[in-house]
Amino acid sequence: MLNTLRNRFEQGYRTSAYPKEPIELPARYRGRPVVNPDASGDDAVQCAEACPQAAIDAENRTVDMGRCVFCGYCERLSDGRFVSFTQDFELGTADRTHLITAGDLPDLADHSERHFRKLFGRSLQLRQVSAAGCNACEADLNVLATPFFDLARFGINFVASPRHADGIVVTGPISRNMKTALMETYDATPAPKVVIAVGACAISGGPFYGSPEVSEGLESLLPVDLFIPGCPPHPLTNLHALLTFFK
Amino acid sequence: MKTAFTEITNGKPTERAAIPHLPFPDFRREALAIVQGGGRVVHFFGYEESDAVKLMAVLRDDDRLLAAGCDAPEAYDALTRECEPFHMFEREIAEQFGIRPEGHPWLKMVRYHPNYRSAPDVFGNDYGEDIPGRYDYYAVDGEEIHEVAVGPVHAGVIEPGHFRFNCIGERVLHLEIHLGYQHRSVEPLLTGNDYRRWPIIVEGIAGDTAIGHGLCMAQAVEGLTDLEVDAGARISRTIALEFERIANHVGDLGALSGDVAFLPPANYCGRMRGDFLNMSLWMCGNRFGKGLVRPGGVRFPMTDEDRKVLTGRIDELQPQVAHVIGLLFGTSSVRARFDGCGAVSRSDAGHLGLVGPAGRACGLPYDARRVFPTENYRRLSIPENAEPTGDVYARAKIRGDEVLQSIDLIRSMLRNPVETAIIEEWPKDFAPGAVVATVNEAWRGEVSHCLITDDAGKVVRYKIKDPSFHNWNGLAMSLRDTGISDFPLNNKSYNLSYCGFDL
Repeated sequence: MLNTLRNRFEQGYRTSAYPKEPIELPARYRGRPVVNPDASGDDAVQCAEACPQAAIDAENRTVDMGRCVFCGYCERLSDGRFVSFTQDFELGTADRTHLITAGDLPDLADHSERHFRKLFGRSLQLRQVSAAGCNACEADLNVLATPFFDLARFGINFVASPRHADGIVVTGPISRNMKTALMETYDATPAPKVVIAVGACAISGGPFYGSPEVSEGLESLLPVDLFIPGCPPHPLTNLHALLTFFK
Repeated sequence: MKTAFTEITNGKPTERAAIPHLPFPDFRREALAIVQGGGRVVHFFGYEESDAVKLMAVLRDDDRLLAAGCDAPEAYDALTRECEPFHMFEREIAEQFGIRPEGHPWLKMVRYHPNYRSAPDVFGNDYGEDIPGRYDYYAVDGEEIHEVAVGPVHAGVIEPGHFRFNCIGERVLHLEIHLGYQHRSVEPLLTGNDYRRWPIIVEGIAGDTAIGHGLCMAQAVEGLTDLEVDAGARISRTIALEFERIANHVGDLGALSGDVAFLPPANYCGRMRGDFLNMSLWMCGNRFGKGLVRPGGVRFPMTDEDRKVLTGRIDELQPQVAHVIGLLFGTSSVRARFDGCGAVSRSDAGHLGLVGPAGRACGLPYDARRVFPTENYRRLSIPENAEPTGDVYARAKIRGDEVLQSIDLIRSMLRNPVETAIIEEWPKDFAPGAVVATVNEAWRGEVSHCLITDDAGKVVRYKIKDPSFHNWNGLAMSLRDTGISDFPLNNKSYNLSYCGFDL
């Protein structure tokens, strides 16, 4: 008993004040990419050709955050002349096309459907489905339950059954072998329901694009309400998107 | 022991001509002799060349990696009949190449996909049909027998897989674990695509083992292109692998505590795991270490400032971690649930070929960091860990001990200021006609990649093995004669990878 109490005091209070107070991530964290409109055509083409995720459009000067894994190779290659990554982790969008960006993202709150806030603003129960996810997205959703993030204080929980859920959160590139199970989980969730795609895989196939065993993204199968990019998205990216979209 | 297999070196390419290509009967006899004599299977896989299928085995004995190959017969006498550690590997060869191991006692599909050469399907499956196709679940007969089917979608935020329990009352007679839902066809994706995509693909083989798999790939490419890695990069990569180990072990100790309803460590470990992930974030901008390791070195430096920050954080965390681990193992209600739960004998662990903490918990001390050291491990002293009991307690204890050991290892490396060059370019010109195998001890155990190049230096076969490929059958064995309500506890004590297995 004494030992339990001693540990309790040593651990202290750990819950983050975000979103009431801003929070800063370490310098090497790569968040929202910004394209320099004045960059030379050569730099743009070089970065587009070198991008392992084929996420850069040299002509339109955009980065597709739905394909990008935020490795930062393009930033290094152009020495920041073409793309640079900011510390901004607030990356969620309500539309797939918003992820194709030169650096500006529309305010997520403006694109949230009014009835979602009314229905789910005070209580949102989500069922997570991993469909060939590598366990990084899953792990960084799971941590939202730890004391630092403490998702439950906002009335948001991950539940065990789709029957108890207001929506599904999908991770992974949706393998052929998981497609039916995913669709059945979606069908088992009572309407009205939301669909959230978390991570580059769920949005576009991510690192596995081109494999005949995976899909090209969740939107090819289901209507998606919220897109959260990253490989994996930082837990704060997830938290920001959920709070901004539903609260 | 005298053998027709030849010794190869971890991470160093061997000319294919130097690897014995044996007649199949000799290959079979020699492979069996090594493994029956106490050796283990690191790799056993097929590859296609000029329309013929060939087999390659990489085995290990006490301190050597041994390799040989042969032409694959269309059907052959299964090695598994005489030697269980080949069990999963023969099923995988059957699924990938349509080669039938006759008399295999458990010839079931591994991941559910058509084979690579459109040969008649060994399992009689038509892959237009959904998984699991024609899969025969093992069934126990009897009036009071009932089956419990769980998954693929589970009740938590975890990966998918199907578990089939045959029970009498609450007692599990047999658990069958049926995977494949996560299959993304990673191996053909690697050989079929530009090398530039490799680091990003391998970091997603199992995201919780991004460093382990990233290192195996990087070391293989470094071997094939004769690339030297500087001392600073070797230290950074070793630190990253140890952070990965600590974060996962700490998280799982918390999960185990939660499963026996002792909530304080469950919450503390959840938070502290995050603190370790945040140190990987500090090093390279990603909590899982994605983007750090590349062939030739690392993409981020370790500056004096970095060493200072990381050391400061570890100094603050170390006592907290030690105290929580002490609290966990010092609580009698925890010990009452851990002790004796899901025990696997040392002999069974050997037959199943268990690796990593799961093997060490059964008294098999093998640790690739000691036996086949890579990176900076030659300069470190890795303690020999082994517990005799093979139960949940032993698996948890090994992991707790390794957390504290790894913290000390990282501290000692952070005291060593060595400059690191930053690399970004992909190396060119792979050695032609070569085989390279890389072995690293990631947090779940032995990770290994094996690459084969053709005469032009193109990689024609990229074989991946995650430790979970060995260990899922350990979890099934743990459940024998165990109450079904102890499944979650046993499952967390292993915490195996679905995607690492399914590839």
